[in-house]
Amino acid sequence: METNNKKYVKMDMKQYGMFFALIAIYLVFALLTKGANLTPMNINNLIMQNGYVVILAIGMLLCVLTGNIDLGVGSVVAVCGSFAGIIMMDLKMNMWVAIIAALLVGLLTGIFAGFFIAYLGIPPFVTTLATMLMGRGLTYTLLQAQTKGPFDQSYNFIGAGFLPVLKIPFGDGTLDIISILAAAVASAALIFSEIKSNSTKKKYNFAVNPTWQIVLKLGVMLFIIWFFFYKLARYNGLPFVLLIMVILIAIYGFITSKTVAGRQIYALGGNRKAANLSGIDTNKVFFWVYVNMGLLSAIAGIVLSARNGSATPKAGDGFEMDAIASCYIGGAAVAGGAGTIVGAVVGAFIMGILNNGMSLFGWSTDIQKIVKGAVLLGAVTLDVLSKRKKN
Amino acid sequence: MSDYILEMNQITKEFSGVKALDDVNLKVKKGEIHAICGENGAGKSTLMNVLSGVYPYGTYEGDILYKGEHCKFHNLRDSEAKGIVIIHQELALSPLLSVAENVFIGNERTSMKGIIDWTETRKRAQEMLARVGLENEDVDVPVNSLGVGKQQLIEIAKAMAKKVELLILDEPTAALNDEESRKLLDIMLQLKEQGITCIIISHKLNEIEYVSDSVTIIRDGKTIETLVKGVDDYSEDRVIKAMVGREMTNRYPKREDIKLGKVIFEVKNWNVFHPDDENRQMITDINLKVRAGEVVGLAGLMGAGRTELAMSLFGRSYGQKISGTVLINGKEVHLKTVRDAVKNKLAYISEDRKTYGLNLIGDVKENMTIAARPFFFSKHGVINNNDEIVAAQEYRERVKVKTNSINQVVGSLSGGNQQKVVVAKWMMTQPDVLIMDEPTRGIDVGAKYEIYCVINELAKAGKAVIVISSELPEIIGTCDRVYVINDGRIAGELNSAEVTQEKIMQCIMAHNRKGDGNGN
Repeated sequence: METNNKKYVKMDMKQYGMFFALIAIYLVFALLTKGANLTPMNINNLIMQNGYVVILAIGMLLCVLTGNIDLGVGSVVAVCGSFAGIIMMDLKMNMWVAIIAALLVGLLTGIFAGFFIAYLGIPPFVTTLATMLMGRGLTYTLLQAQTKGPFDQSYNFIGAGFLPVLKIPFGDGTLDIISILAAAVASAALIFSEIKSNSTKKKYNFAVNPTWQIVLKLGVMLFIIWFFFYKLARYNGLPFVLLIMVILIAIYGFITSKTVAGRQIYALGGNRKAANLSGIDTNKVFFWVYVNMGLLSAIAGIVLSARNGSATPKAGDGFEMDAIASCYIGGAAVAGGAGTIVGAVVGAFIMGILNNGMSLFGWSTDIQKIVKGAVLLGAVTLDVLSKRKKN
Repeated sequence: MSDYILEMNQITKEFSGVKALDDVNLKVKKGEIHAICGENGAGKSTLMNVLSGVYPYGTYEGDILYKGEHCKFHNLRDSEAKGIVIIHQELALSPLLSVAENVFIGNERTSMKGIIDWTETRKRAQEMLARVGLENEDVDVPVNSLGVGKQQLIEIAKAMAKKVELLILDEPTAALNDEESRKLLDIMLQLKEQGITCIIISHKLNEIEYVSDSVTIIRDGKTIETLVKGVDDYSEDRVIKAMVGREMTNRYPKREDIKLGKVIFEVKNWNVFHPDDENRQMITDINLKVRAGEVVGLAGLMGAGRTELAMSLFGRSYGQKISGTVLINGKEVHLKTVRDAVKNKLAYISEDRKTYGLNLIGDVKENMTIAARPFFFSKHGVINNNDEIVAAQEYRERVKVKTNSINQVVGSLSGGNQQKVVVAKWMMTQPDVLIMDEPTRGIDVGAKYEIYCVINELAKAGKAVIVISSELPEIIGTCDRVYVINDGRIAGELNSAEVTQEKIMQCIMAHNRKGDGNGN
């Protein structure tokens, strides 16, 4: 067999390059802001501020995999938030009713968009442009163009709360043991999965990365984990949003790589006609991708309104662009069929770190937009050029 | 001056260290039709890309002498300015623009300062069309309203508009039926009389024998030899020998005597209407039976309805108002979706692997397992990666896909290997009945042989195989029995003892006459 001769493969730089880019950008801003972005509080803010973009990027990746986008997510975020707000503030109902209602509203908008896209064949761009306009209009109507709040603390916990902590005195402050334990568990899981995947590769005589590369890769990832968790431990412990993010990343990472349904999205994005003739109901796949996007938009809507403690008509404005940009920065193919959940999440954090660093540095949001646009264009250009070189 | 219009001397072209062309020489006489033959990946297209400037001067070694002049082309425009025009296999027409506009695309007739002169465009387009035998076509209709055969001729008209002197045709008849192909070849002969030199790349050796004056054979990036009609042995077998480097005594593997079993696939009174026009009947009252271990051919001209029949059977992937009965293993089945069809052990390998068969950005494993995945490689919707890897490795060996690993991206494989991946994909679904639509289109002789071996292997395992092919020798070489399809009906049935190309054509002609008789 030919594989015997070539047991080592080069590391896929595209995949890990993103992590290095993430670290590089972070370090640049650490220098520029003289370490202001390294403080425990700022790390905490970074996660809390970007939680909803990460959640949206996860859903958006599935749309991008089909070769399309969803422009409506920002508006759906706002609609779901306003429903939750009205139920709690005007109808004086329980927060659980509000959460369930918001999720249902998200699901319905997803079904609405999915129906037009999958079963009537309306291009997603047009359909979601429509849901974007309709959603925003609906939000203004529902809220009568006013902010609704403040919400109850128990609801706000979703967006601004922390998991239980076990603080001990440490240095000039405290250290949360729970966070440290979580980091240890995450590290162990990471090392275990790497060893397992390598032994499987060896068992089937597949090419593996040279050991030094595996160690380097693990080292970088462990460093990132410990850095984040240590900083969080020095602050208030683990934000609840982080838990939501981790669960969603795990679920969707699993779906996209290990399930029949997930791989069908890739097959559809790669070649829709061939997917059809391979027994994949591509309409159904389209439908569920957009239904799912609606559901995740609702989760993001709940998290955002909980963090703000209120529902505002302008909530989620422009989020769709951040989510789409995250996917592309994270290496998803514009034509569909290629991309990973982890990539989209890293992409979202790259955007988040840029925003955060520039804010700390004192650049206005206008300048921030210019930089974000340039980074998006640069990342996709690099990706396209590197592919062209290979051919 | 020599009588060669083109001399390519010692052309060597490397792609990241791999020699695609190694010291290739090609001499084309003025006014002749010169064929280039070789297996897929032999370097034919690379050579033509060097000639036309797609690979600019400096990226290759060697010398191009055109009309006694040393050429240094930097792009297609340079070569076109000299009268060298290449027509690729994939047509470069803009489907929604008019015929006239397409003929002058990139070469617009303008009155002044870039303003298009539509009268001139139409008039000149008409002239160009007349030269390729399309004098009766309306130049204002969109190109996509014409058939592929005519579109191919429009490509030639487009080349004529550029004042072509050396016309290069890369597999011009790959998508055409026999009649259209013949017409195109005759046009080439006419062009020859007008003094245009042609280079034709083709896999269809009978066409080369018919149309060309000499043939250069390329193998593994090297020129093997040039044969001249009337001087050398110019038979198909001779050319094949040079192409594969060995004597191919039989292009079809020997069929073992396989004992035929029960009828395992049966279609009764099958009727299908056009998907966009519910009054247009595409398939009428088709009845057919295939037994276990039997290979049955569906012969017919392009447009006879063979693909439409196969796709309508395969989970109603084509047509509307479908009626009729399908029995698999004696049991009536209702195949409403492709998934139903796969579940009931029917598989269909489409005629166009790039459009309908493969996810070109996906890897070999992904493409092989995608159809079988819900049935064999997953539990409760969760994929068993290890099973997939084992199966993909096994099938890679079985159908002989030449690839470094099952993780190689399918788009980077040659046509023959891509086709083998599609075949493996459907073998993995463990079908009892396998319909193969043009299973060897556009692939080289060696890969064809291997596909034929797979067909035999399937028959030996007691499967029913249906082969749809426009190449009659292929049908005759591989099948036990042949249904001749014409105009959406069965025009006749021939068994292997009596089937010949002439019999099949006679059958079609007789059916056409009968159809006309009924019509009047």
